[in-house]
Amino acid sequence: MKRSVDAEEVARLAKLSRLEFDGKQAEDMRGHLSKMLDYFDALDSVDVSDVPPTAHILSAVNVLREDVVEPSTSNAELLKNAPESRDGAYVVPRVVE
Amino acid sequence: MLRPTIGCEVHCELKTATKLFCGCKNEFGGEPNTHCCPICSGFPGTMPALNAKAVEYAVRAGLALGCNINRFSKWDRKNYFYPDLPKAWQTSQYDLPLCVGGAVEFEVNGEKKRVRLNRIHLEEDAGKLIHDGGESCVDYNRCGVPLIEIVTEPDMHSAEEVVAFLTELKSVLKYTGVSDVKMQEGSLRCDVNLSMAEDGAPLGTRTETKNLNSFRAVARSVAFEIRRQTEVLESGGIVEQETRRFDDNKGVGYAMRSKEDAHDYRYFPEPDIMPVTFTEADIQRIRSEIPELKGPRVKRYTEKLGLPPYDAQVLTADKAVSDLLDDVIALGCDAKKTSNFIMSEVLRLAKTDGSEDVELLIDAPRLAEIISMQAKGEINNLAAKQLLSAVWGTDASPRKRAEELNLLQSNDEGAIKAVFDKVLSDNPSQVADFLSGNDKLRGYFVGQVMRAAGGKANPKIVNELLDRLVKEHKK
Amino acid sequence: MDVTDLSLGELKAALDSGKVSAVEATQAALNKIERNKNLNNYVTVCGTEALAAAFLADEKRAKGENGALLGVPIAVKDNISTEGIRTTCASKFLKDYVPPYDATVVKKLKDAGAVIVGKTNMDEFAMGSTDETSAFGAVHSAVDAERVPGGSSGGSANTVAAGEVPCALGSDTGGSIRQPASYCGVVGLKPTYSAVSRYGLIAFASSLDQIGTFTRTCDDAYALYRVICGKDKADATSSDIKNITQELNGDVRGKTIGIADEFTKNLDGGVGKRFNAAVDALKAQGAKIKSVSIKSFDTALAVYYVISSAEAASNLSRYDGVKYGARAEGYKDIAELYTKSRTEFFGDEVKRRIMIGNYVLSSGYYDAYYLKASRIRTLIAREYNAALCGCDALICPTAPTVAPKIGAQTDPALTYLSDIYTVPVNITGLPAVSVPFGTSDGLPVGVQIIGKAFDEAGILGIGKALEIAAGGNGNA
Repeated sequence: MKRSVDAEEVARLAKLSRLEFDGKQAEDMRGHLSKMLDYFDALDSVDVSDVPPTAHILSAVNVLREDVVEPSTSNAELLKNAPESRDGAYVVPRVVE
Repeated sequence: MLRPTIGCEVHCELKTATKLFCGCKNEFGGEPNTHCCPICSGFPGTMPALNAKAVEYAVRAGLALGCNINRFSKWDRKNYFYPDLPKAWQTSQYDLPLCVGGAVEFEVNGEKKRVRLNRIHLEEDAGKLIHDGGESCVDYNRCGVPLIEIVTEPDMHSAEEVVAFLTELKSVLKYTGVSDVKMQEGSLRCDVNLSMAEDGAPLGTRTETKNLNSFRAVARSVAFEIRRQTEVLESGGIVEQETRRFDDNKGVGYAMRSKEDAHDYRYFPEPDIMPVTFTEADIQRIRSEIPELKGPRVKRYTEKLGLPPYDAQVLTADKAVSDLLDDVIALGCDAKKTSNFIMSEVLRLAKTDGSEDVELLIDAPRLAEIISMQAKGEINNLAAKQLLSAVWGTDASPRKRAEELNLLQSNDEGAIKAVFDKVLSDNPSQVADFLSGNDKLRGYFVGQVMRAAGGKANPKIVNELLDRLVKEHKK
Repeated sequence: MDVTDLSLGELKAALDSGKVSAVEATQAALNKIERNKNLNNYVTVCGTEALAAAFLADEKRAKGENGALLGVPIAVKDNISTEGIRTTCASKFLKDYVPPYDATVVKKLKDAGAVIVGKTNMDEFAMGSTDETSAFGAVHSAVDAERVPGGSSGGSANTVAAGEVPCALGSDTGGSIRQPASYCGVVGLKPTYSAVSRYGLIAFASSLDQIGTFTRTCDDAYALYRVICGKDKADATSSDIKNITQELNGDVRGKTIGIADEFTKNLDGGVGKRFNAAVDALKAQGAKIKSVSIKSFDTALAVYYVISSAEAASNLSRYDGVKYGARAEGYKDIAELYTKSRTEFFGDEVKRRIMIGNYVLSSGYYDAYYLKASRIRTLIAREYNAALCGCDALICPTAPTVAPKIGAQTDPALTYLSDIYTVPVNITGLPAVSVPFGTSDGLPVGVQIIGKAFDEAGILGIGKALEIAAGGNGNA
């Protein structure tokens, strides 16, 4: 399938990705995405309708953990990398639902 | 006429010791970010380690609700940005959930109703946001707590049906022992999908009202949304497919604006969790671990204990109440007396402030002691009631409390006789009336003696004294 | 004796015999790193911590204790978490991020007595094949400072090539160990997917990522692999590794080595010559060469970019300026906080991968791209495994060219072509090693040996045979 990417598509993906591109960057991104879609045309060269998708490349199943409590990490240790925190919590601008 | 069609997504937290993917405690509350580690806080490089107990509990709930268990099940990432979701995806199950099908059966207004289940899957809870002025504080204590999501078919048509469905679902979940199902603590939450259409017409556009955490809020939000959609449709408008919230304080619903790309979750298989498989033997073992459910208990109560069917229903509505009854009887108390006392007194205390959650703040040994003290005539009915209130929520010994509160009734005939005689001499006209055959005054005298004796005289003895008085008068 | 000239095996012997102390070896490594500063191999050099660890190693040895790497200096790629030492992924986003925990491999290195001298430069979030996408500047090849060392584990490859340390850890998602090993002239091992715990490796594409080794010899690669491999409770995808005690066998007599026709179609002249020489050398040593076919070879690059970008888009969503890492200024609400932080602190290549990843996962495109790629992935794995059924290993070039010059490649989509031989191996999860086999125009050329799952010893044995041959046949 031949697909190309237009400016609107770049804007949609940027929003979904929480990224912003100004005019020139958006155009470069559009060009790049179009080239990638050309690469992806190779996917159309094989018929895999009867091949199952790889759910996992390993065959192991049931890798589970016992329900046993382990010590948590100290609050100070967890928050020391936080850009903004107060009273043991991460702080963000008020979230409006 | 427009008719509502309703389906629910019910989220229920499982009461495992640890979270779904790490060894942090699964515990309600706590100071912010104190039941947390790099895994549940979404630190770079961390990986999930799936909790075996959570998988087992989800399957147990599924079996109790009549679901089929998928023999091969896997996890997927549901991607979206929100500050309560530190990895920016929720680990959930998309196309191969643990359980499919099943149903919840219950009665509404005497009619049998069956709501089909679509699926039950196992996923992780998100953290909590605490709004504070212009800021929100993010707490991941709840993040990673195991959650089952129970998705129904759109089989309900009124608020009443939804509440009855949730009541029965909550009861079953509690019986299986997989959850405390405390709505007040948010361990049971409900999203309601609702659409309106003319009878017989295809379903209308639905809205989803998220995160309702009391039966009252569910009932009110359903009523609100039915009214709102009806108004929209009748005035020629169209219902937008949207995610909504219901403000229980104001009694109004509103559309959320924060989940604008909520409809593109970009699900794909979680590469860091291996799939789970079940053999027939695994499923049999999990089935055998399900505790006695409600149905068999009702049967046992009516057939073996001879309780009236209504009482059996009331006593089994909540597993904890039923367990208490069984335990008190096992301690030697009479079944009828115990069931009456639980229904009239214990449930009154256990269900205050209109909450759906039953909170039993008395254990079986102490309740058994109160009931047997009453049976032996050591305390009267009123005192038993007072004593229960006095020890409720404490760990005091009922006998000690009864002594302290002076509730033990007097069986000392001599002492009672003295009071009795005083009452007789104070009420000569009533005595004459009584002796002339007005037996209705018996209660009056018992009451007077009780009052004079500070409520502690054994009414049995007072009655005997009255009998004797009549006998002597007839001589 | 210059201690930095020693291979891992030689240095270990010198330490054990007391000819050199861990402190001396570590100081020598740190001095050389300082002298080579302009190569830009490191994001963080942890000299103080390293010398303290070396001192402890010497004390242990004096008490008669030992460990597989006791006192051996090692470098660790900067996407592998180190408790208390910043781990940046060469990104502005994590420039000041200090992990609260050690990756499992780091624990294993420490338990074995290794001395971590620093965190190596890399392509941002391991996305790139030249090391030019680092927020800390490009790495200059130790072989030719105008050229790239390859990527994304360029710093790790280059520090070993420059003789700063005898060994380093890297990560390989689509060739990020093998390709820089080839460009720098060192041995780069990407173990079987699951053989080494990924816990603590900052994820790029979780179903493809694997931690592996850089060393100067195949024996050293195996020694280091033995330390880091094995089941880890913290990584559900990790495997128990059995039969680990065997020595490498460099004798290829009677071994069958497969070459797919698809491998040699578009080979650069110089690299092609070296590759053919390697094949001849193996034949001369008694190996049988067998022609095999991997029909899906041409689809691998597309499959790889669909799957790796999809997983990357998801894995990198957690960088949002809330919990750790940088936060942009001047936001008025949470949506702006996210968007401004991600726009300001992610580099261009990372943004490209995120965008393409969200494209192939988004509704309406999932089936045509992600799901289709996932099906072809099954097919590619089947074909590689089928080819390996009749062979002991497959052999192909590691990269189609030698190291390009810094700044030479301006079209990112074209640089992806340098991964053509390496990405199918990640798609299948198989182990592979790049072994240097001489040079072309003075620049190193690597040969890639691909093995059956968990046959690291087998491919390194064949690599050892090539080392022996290259010893007398260094340059073309």
